[in-house]
Amino acid sequence: MNYQQQWIAFSTLVRKEIRRFLRIWMQTLLPPAITMSLYFIIFGTLIGSRIGDMGGFTYMEFVVPGLIMMSVVTNAYSNVVSSFFGAKFQRFVEEILVSPMSNSIVLWGYVIGGVARGLLVGLIVTLLSLFFTKLQVQHVAVTIGIVLLTSIMFSLAGFINAVYANNFDDVSIVPTFVLTPLTYLGGVFYSIDLLPEFWAKVSQLNPMLYIVNAFRYGLLGVSDVSVGLAFGMVGLFTLAAYGYCLYLLNTGKRLRQ
Amino acid sequence: MTHALEISGLKKVYDNGFEALKGIDLVVKEGDFFALLGPNGAGKSTTIGIVSSLVKKTSGDVSVFGYSLDKQLAQAKQQIGLVPQEFNFSNFEAVWDIVVNQAGYYGLPRKEAEQRAEKYLRQLDLWDKRFVASRMLSGGMKRRLMIARALIHEPRLLILDEPTAGVDIELRRSMWQFLTEINRSGTTIILTTHYLEEAESLCRNIAIIDAGKIVENTSMKALLKQLHREVFVFDCVNELPEDFSLPGFDSSRMDAHCVEVAVERGDSLNAIFTALTEQGVEVASMRNKANRLEELFVSLLAKK
Repeated sequence: MNYQQQWIAFSTLVRKEIRRFLRIWMQTLLPPAITMSLYFIIFGTLIGSRIGDMGGFTYMEFVVPGLIMMSVVTNAYSNVVSSFFGAKFQRFVEEILVSPMSNSIVLWGYVIGGVARGLLVGLIVTLLSLFFTKLQVQHVAVTIGIVLLTSIMFSLAGFINAVYANNFDDVSIVPTFVLTPLTYLGGVFYSIDLLPEFWAKVSQLNPMLYIVNAFRYGLLGVSDVSVGLAFGMVGLFTLAAYGYCLYLLNTGKRLRQ
Repeated sequence: MTHALEISGLKKVYDNGFEALKGIDLVVKEGDFFALLGPNGAGKSTTIGIVSSLVKKTSGDVSVFGYSLDKQLAQAKQQIGLVPQEFNFSNFEAVWDIVVNQAGYYGLPRKEAEQRAEKYLRQLDLWDKRFVASRMLSGGMKRRLMIARALIHEPRLLILDEPTAGVDIELRRSMWQFLTEINRSGTTIILTTHYLEEAESLCRNIAIIDAGKIVENTSMKALLKQLHREVFVFDCVNELPEDFSLPGFDSSRMDAHCVEVAVERGDSLNAIFTALTEQGVEVASMRNKANRLEELFVSLLAKK
């Protein structure tokens, strides 16, 4: 395939992926909007008003970056894992496997679909948050950089999950039992300065802590951890996940008999 | 001359240790209409899976129009259109999207993809259903959708894995006609089927695979010549006596109005009619007892 043909193949896959999650917006876009609105009302307004300031910001201002990032992570991951596993389950992944598309185009097609949903949901949640608080972006490059890198990383992770999943239970295990707890314990609702020293150190093993704090730094200009370290870690995980996804596609593991 | 498909020493051992292919060699000439027959589990779908790169081979070489699967995979894939045995499209997508997207995966510009989609959906009587979700189609329509999707990039080699399974007779015949036209226009076709009549009427060359080995690979004519004996059934107007037999012939009474007679190749049927007339039997109609190829198929598998 020449470059033009590769571009056509890639854009076909991306368009298909975006149309898929737009078509089922009641399942993909509406739930995070409702859930996050409830978070804003309950944690931000009702409980937040009694908590007072955190890190020099109102509690609502403090939790908004984490909640936006939580939506991006969950939706980027869920989009790829459900789409690719669905293709495997109904066997229409074969449409792609028999085509002359290169494995990296296939991978990027799915990843960009996940990134698109992550960013769109992130945007919806950001717009909703404006009903509850004011947002001023302090560091534009950091904000855009971390949200892009994070959505790519979790789209790749979703792809790996989809390749290994044997049934729909396997698709929901990671978001339910890994992503959600890590996000809740990753400094979305509190600063790790509030934790006892031991638990603060334990928290530093949680990758979500770095992602949430880097994004919070981009919006509010404060972070519990080094932003450079956060980018380094997310970048490293993204590279490792990308390499592993390509390995799975190139070897055909769990995709070709 | 470049062959449409060349397979040599192809072996496949699945992870569970099952040896599906035991080193098969096969050549399909360009422009051929080729039948790959065999009982269930013989290795037909594994062979097709390897050629279309859905199954990983254990060893051996496969090339499609000279493009090696090992060295020029993308070019080889570009030559192939696959119609698999089982439905493998998204249940939620519309017919139009399935076909046009497939064209995109092969790098066809959108405009050209849409023109071809219209052409093939019209030819396969799916144009009126183009905006219908695929899950709403009947079984026959789903089969035709898979053919339209396989043809959208206009492959030089079309592989059909039991394309008429579960399709009614009328539709099956219209699909035969369509495939014959596609073949006449220059597309090489490889077909696996359980309907031996289908292979006999469509294909020029044939390979029979059993237990992972090719047990016969010849032209359809040459294969049918191997038939030494055919059995004819005579439907008689009058009732036949219980102990009816035809002297000088291998015959047996099937019921009150039917008698079957085995005939060696080259024997005249006139002698049978004469003998029947002498016995006072009036023949209403006559038919072949079974599909000739089917008989041969069974005897070949029994022999090897």
